[in-house]
Amino acid sequence: MRRAALVGIGAAALVAAVALAQGGPPEPQRQIPNPMSGRHFATPETLAIQDDDFLNPAFLWVEEGEEAWNRVEGTSGQSCASCHQDARETMRGVRARMPAYHPRLQRVVTLEQQVNICRTERMGAPALPIDSRPLNAITTFIALQSRGMPVNVDISGPARPFFDAGERFYNTRRGQLDMRCGSCHEDNYGRYLRADLLSQGMSNGFPTYRLKEQRVISLQFRLQGCVNDVRGEAPPMGGEEFTNLEFYLAWRAQGLPVESPSVRR
Amino acid sequence: MAAPIGQPRVRLPAQVRAGEIIEIRTLISHVMETGQRRDQAGNVIPRDIIRRFEAKFEGELVFAMDLAPAISANPYIAFQFKAERPGRFEFTWTNDAGESRTATQDLRLA
Repeated sequence: MRRAALVGIGAAALVAAVALAQGGPPEPQRQIPNPMSGRHFATPETLAIQDDDFLNPAFLWVEEGEEAWNRVEGTSGQSCASCHQDARETMRGVRARMPAYHPRLQRVVTLEQQVNICRTERMGAPALPIDSRPLNAITTFIALQSRGMPVNVDISGPARPFFDAGERFYNTRRGQLDMRCGSCHEDNYGRYLRADLLSQGMSNGFPTYRLKEQRVISLQFRLQGCVNDVRGEAPPMGGEEFTNLEFYLAWRAQGLPVESPSVRR
Repeated sequence: MAAPIGQPRVRLPAQVRAGEIIEIRTLISHVMETGQRRDQAGNVIPRDIIRRFEAKFEGELVFAMDLAPAISANPYIAFQFKAERPGRFEFTWTNDAGESRTATQDLRLA
């Protein structure tokens, strides 16, 4: 018995040594290995709106975003299309791999932030406020080009500390209700919280048209809602905490098809 | 100050036979502010809704709808129509301030 236990410890030590020799932290393990999209928790009535591109009101945002894509703004006389040409080709897959590590800024950036980096640095145009209608329109238009592609963010290398920070935020109990994100979305999904069916909190449908808000919302707006719901104090949208959390959430949803723009209650 | 009435979207079936009953679908971008809400300073946000939708076919009114404050933002309106002859549809959305926005679409028969 003792010998077997020692062998066990030896094996564990060996695995750790191999991990160290490879120079990386151990692979994170997902609490939900086979995630389910939020559409599995939505009502048929809501899905009927989502699955019909004419009926889905988020396509009003898509149209605005497409217009903005081709509109020259700022001091350098350029539009998004000046560099990126036809979004249907160049933006294909972008939503699926964002947020991503930005080597020059040395941090993880979301799709929203990347649009603003382009605007301020390349176009000489003012940054659009996070979660504003014009910014959500552009991100919805960009996200649509990745519809159906599996979420696939890269958490390796220099991105890893930001992933770890996001994971810490996810697992930290907060607010007067003393709940972590997983208290609802891992421990109790599929059960009712009063009248609402709890989902797994997968982010593959964002930006999403939320019927409650009657508009397209960004993921970080929804995150603020979650923190407020547990009676916590939400960090600002576009800030470091939520950006890292958004990065972690994308990894949780890894492999799910991008559904943007989804419709949710 | 009424919010602008956004770009309308209208869809007719591509292939229509004479005598067929078709569904005409419309969607318009609008806030549909109820007049029941208050802003952060506590002031009532004035009501601003699309009050009426009208559809005319070759100048003749074929469908109309009065909208109420409980209707969601970006109203989707669909109705059925018996296609007897080709012609032009004119759709008009009118808001509380009396401003309106019009879209036209031609009905072609196969």
